[in-house]
Amino acid sequence: MSTLDQAPPSSHGHDDHGPGKDGHGPAGHGHHGPVTLWMIFRQLPTFSKDHKIIGIQFLMTTLLMLMVGGALALGVRWQLAFPFQRMPILGDILFGSQAGVIPPETYTMLFTMHATVMIFLVIIPILAGAFGNFLIPLMVGADDMAFPTLNMLSYWFMWPASALFGLSFAFGGGPAGGWTSYPLLSALPTAAPGSGHAQTLWLLAVTFVGFSSMMGSINYMTTIINMRAPGMTLFRMPLTIWAMFITAILQAFALPVLTAAGFMLVADRTIGTCFFIPAGIVVNNSDPTVGGGQALLWQHLFWFYSHPAVYIMLLPAMGMVSDILSCMCRKPIFGYKPMVYSMAAIAGLGFIVWGHHMFTSGMNPALGMSFMISTMMIALPSAIKTFNWIGTMWGGNIRFNVPMLNAVAFVSMFIVGGLSGIFMAAVPVDIYFHDTYFIVAHFHYVLFGTTLFGVFGAIHFWFPKMFGRMMSETVGKVHFVLTFIAFNCTFFPMHLLGIAAFPRRLADPYHYSSLEHLLPLNQFITISAIVMGFTQFLLLGNFFYSMFAGKKVGRNPWEANGLEWSAPSPPGHGNFESLPIIYRGPYEYSSPLTENDFLMQTEYVPKTGQTTQVASGH
Amino acid sequence: MRRFWALFFLAWPIVAIAWSWAAPSYGWWFYRPAQSPLGQEIDNLFYLILVIVTTVFIGTNLALFYVLWKFSDDGSPRKGSFSHGSHILEMVWTVTPAGVLLFISLYQMDVWARFRMTKNFDKEAVAQPLAEITARQFEWRIRYPAPGRKFQNKAEIEEWLKRPSRDDVYTVNELHCPANKPVLIHLRSEDVLHSFFIPDLRVKQDAVPGLVIPVWFEASKADHYDLICAELCGWGHYKMKGRISAESDADFQTYKRELAAKQAFDGVPAKTETKKEGEGQ
Repeated sequence: MSTLDQAPPSSHGHDDHGPGKDGHGPAGHGHHGPVTLWMIFRQLPTFSKDHKIIGIQFLMTTLLMLMVGGALALGVRWQLAFPFQRMPILGDILFGSQAGVIPPETYTMLFTMHATVMIFLVIIPILAGAFGNFLIPLMVGADDMAFPTLNMLSYWFMWPASALFGLSFAFGGGPAGGWTSYPLLSALPTAAPGSGHAQTLWLLAVTFVGFSSMMGSINYMTTIINMRAPGMTLFRMPLTIWAMFITAILQAFALPVLTAAGFMLVADRTIGTCFFIPAGIVVNNSDPTVGGGQALLWQHLFWFYSHPAVYIMLLPAMGMVSDILSCMCRKPIFGYKPMVYSMAAIAGLGFIVWGHHMFTSGMNPALGMSFMISTMMIALPSAIKTFNWIGTMWGGNIRFNVPMLNAVAFVSMFIVGGLSGIFMAAVPVDIYFHDTYFIVAHFHYVLFGTTLFGVFGAIHFWFPKMFGRMMSETVGKVHFVLTFIAFNCTFFPMHLLGIAAFPRRLADPYHYSSLEHLLPLNQFITISAIVMGFTQFLLLGNFFYSMFAGKKVGRNPWEANGLEWSAPSPPGHGNFESLPIIYRGPYEYSSPLTENDFLMQTEYVPKTGQTTQVASGH
Repeated sequence: MRRFWALFFLAWPIVAIAWSWAAPSYGWWFYRPAQSPLGQEIDNLFYLILVIVTTVFIGTNLALFYVLWKFSDDGSPRKGSFSHGSHILEMVWTVTPAGVLLFISLYQMDVWARFRMTKNFDKEAVAQPLAEITARQFEWRIRYPAPGRKFQNKAEIEEWLKRPSRDDVYTVNELHCPANKPVLIHLRSEDVLHSFFIPDLRVKQDAVPGLVIPVWFEASKADHYDLICAELCGWGHYKMKGRISAESDADFQTYKRELAAKQAFDGVPAKTETKKEGEGQ
């Protein structure tokens, strides 16, 4: 409907910066007013409403935050390998008054902020913010997002969030209630050094992130529904777009719950409501609480958002990896529709599994059983997707380049993360594994092993579209190999730690006689983590160096099918020179209709005698 | 070089399996097998899932290796096969895992029901609770009913949980209990969330402020077991350490009596202790 009455992008009035208009002409090679690096850079510090600039803004910010979150993790790892020992150099600067030793309240802050930064400032915004923004209009054939101003705000709302997180360090050493911020530790300011103003600031910061996500989510849904180019039917959309679409729906429905819960907790903390605070609680000899509330309520509300959020942190990567795999295997995606349906199933089931975070919380045990069944069932669409990815590679003509390697790592690590989840989905086994390092191993395999490898692949894959140059293959491969090995050396042993009952969040677990022998393994993990952390400088170096010195490429360096590859690299303001017409799905690789092994979505193939129908990715 | 990557992705599952295989001999496994009957069932479930999961892990990784090995680009002008999927295969790999997952979920219900459903709790343990444990930053406060006290009915227990009796016996962090029979504690929290975790017995239950949660466990033999707080409870969370001492019934009664006597001792070593300790306070 509305896709047809959408005028070619050049007729749209936009803010003046950007080379778009003068770039529109006959699609001559090199004559379409290429976007220079300077044009992109000049707009980064501005309130640009161009989705590509916003995407790149998100990407650079999140890569920076990735390093911050990683540094916090290394602080945690230092303490677990060398508990209460002097940290060389950095420890002397930061903890000089404690002889360079991380104090326990700082340790709790470190893992709290590691998770907070990684989840709220890296994983969610790098997927939805960076790639969602950059890719959605390009992949559906729109000139920009539906609401460019909202889009601009969604990026700039991340900064107050970051500022509030940063400011929270000034109070009592920073928030230290865990990223889950369970009351009453987070509700009563006297409960811990980090439970004072730091906790309030933390909650406000998360609310800002929520606003940002919500603005993005509305934008993505509207853009995908309303602004597809002619011929881009729903089932011709790339899986990336399906994933972004489903993610946006998830966010729109789950986020309000967290926002409301956050305000309730802020109210508990500041104006004396007692949503989460029962009566007669005495913390650190303070006066007993007035009460009437229920601490478990927070857990329900929090996980009602945060479990779907787990899939918000995963689905877009699944989509992007599907696109990369299909392209690099030169083969249509295996089971396009089952892939779409399983993502939808994951999203749907994702709303009814939150209780599996609460098996040992004291929730009604009958509820535990129903949550267990839904949790087991959510493994099913994940399994289907995995088999389909392997099916996609089957019979392909696989090109082992950096995006492909990272995509295969994604599949390989997702197998581990998915399978380890089955242990804790089983309630009786979870009684033992809950809050041990088994859980830590599991979600790092999913969030880092899966999502982040997917993101690494995506960065390499779409970098040429962003900047018109390739990232270095050699550096990319070195980065991949080192990260892959160090990642597995870091997180695989954590399964073993979990089996040995090594608990999470303990500043020094080794005074338990049953845990003290686990110190050497932890030291090994820490060394691996340090290697992994420093390896990421290769990624950053490659990223920034290649912007200036990477090999220049044209529109479609990967010989891919997707619509975004028919736009110039980098695309000008308004993306396409003329309104693209879409003839088929994005996965028609190795099609018999053409000599090449790729057939772009925009390429018109005249009907021949026998093949009259253009397959639509089914 | 094109084969290298297939081998690379095969190498790591091999290392992972070898590593896990060797892990128990390095102590990177259960500290010891479950020391309780319920724990053994949990262990059995764990090993059952481990077998299933390992099979799938090996299968999928071999499949992944095969496709990477077989279908890597060899530079020939070959095209990929133009296939969009297979309905039959989709059905197979939907129904099979669904069956396996459903089996796992139903198979384990029983263990969960035994652990958490109050109607399945041991009657004797419920009728005569061992102790009330109040978690607080950063210790476990233990309150036993007076030595020899028998609760008559549920109402009396509820009354006892609401307000302490004068002859209750208190201690901190050292929970003694009789071995070889199910015992029940009432878990509560004085301040924030805590979690009562005895790894060797495979028992874990959060202590929730405002709730009193019954938890039962059974130690198969007389021994000491670590009690760990497993829910973040503040800066000193790591040192919220307790110990369970399971002992014979007789030893336990003696221990409780001695503890009561110590508690009632007013510093005047005149009279011999009687069973009516606590009266002089």
